[in-house]
Amino acid sequence: MYVVVAGGGKVGSNSTRSLLEMGHEVTMIEQRPDRFAVLEEEFGSIVMRGDATEISVLERAGIARPPELLLAVTGDDEDNLVIAQIGKEGYRVEKAIARVNDPRNQQHFKLLGIKQTVSATTSILGLVEHEVPAHGLVRLLELQEEGLEIVEVQIEPNSPVAGSRAGGIRLPEGSRLISVFRHGRTELVDDKTVIRPGDQVLAIVQDDAAPDLRKVLLGAR
Amino acid sequence: MNAVVIGCGRVGSAVAKGLAAEGWDVTAVDENEDALLRLGPNWAGGFVIGHGMDTSVLEQAGVGDADAAVVATNGDNTNLVIGQVLQKRYAIGTVVVRVLDPARAKFYAERGLNTVCPTQTAISVLLETVQAGAPSPSAAS
Repeated sequence: MYVVVAGGGKVGSNSTRSLLEMGHEVTMIEQRPDRFAVLEEEFGSIVMRGDATEISVLERAGIARPPELLLAVTGDDEDNLVIAQIGKEGYRVEKAIARVNDPRNQQHFKLLGIKQTVSATTSILGLVEHEVPAHGLVRLLELQEEGLEIVEVQIEPNSPVAGSRAGGIRLPEGSRLISVFRHGRTELVDDKTVIRPGDQVLAIVQDDAAPDLRKVLLGAR
Repeated sequence: MNAVVIGCGRVGSAVAKGLAAEGWDVTAVDENEDALLRLGPNWAGGFVIGHGMDTSVLEQAGVGDADAAVVATNGDNTNLVIGQVLQKRYAIGTVVVRVLDPARAKFYAERGLNTVCPTQTAISVLLETVQAGAPSPSAAS
């Protein structure tokens, strides 16, 4: 497929390298002269120098073909949002993935129609939470478009649901228990499953139901 | 009537003062505290220090019940994003966004954002002035 990569920092250059290895056709845009020189040495003529938020630069990169995929991965969130918007709204690029550098800007991307985003900070924090669960609830996967989250909850001895049958637990609206992991084995949850201390419970929650689920499974803390 | 001016540089500060002189309640927002100096010693409106991408800064500036907003920071893309956020999230009736790049100004204007492009204005005025003052090259030859 044809891919336009806007931004030649670590994310952009590594994505380009991998995409080329997979056999895809890539054009990369980088504004800074020093970075451009290094990238051109490695990738050759597929690197263009210019400001990827300028429509004429995007057009020279073939945005009108249009590419099957546009990666807006500069270090600037406003630039990434504008690049993705120009591609999607102006040139019918079907898939545009934008990098979010500051997770607080995530809401703006969503509001302005850029649903597919990647954020290193959020991913790293997710891993930190998984390794060092501070609140007993870990967000494993977020399906933004669907408004769903897969979360993992570690049941403690003092948890209000320890010893209860799953069928008897009053779960908050928009949440379901999926499975429990205990003694190295995973069991799918049905109404008769008894929740025990030490269980790692997987659940799926809709929208913002995760805090309510935490309260039900772990108590108010 | 309440107005919020995001970006209090040469343009933003003059717009803020102009609106205040017309009787608007104006709050200016700028990342830099020194921008307050541009509003002059008699500034009676509001001033919030912070970045316009930060919704808590916007809300502190009163975007929730603003009738108009002018976005004129020194970054085109920052202005385009903030302008759309003010329009879509806070439903401000009149949002005007300064964009220096004519192509982007046109692109977003076609999609419902009220953009003002000083570069385009300068190009037009310069062309008109030259054409009005000199005989056209084709007529001279």
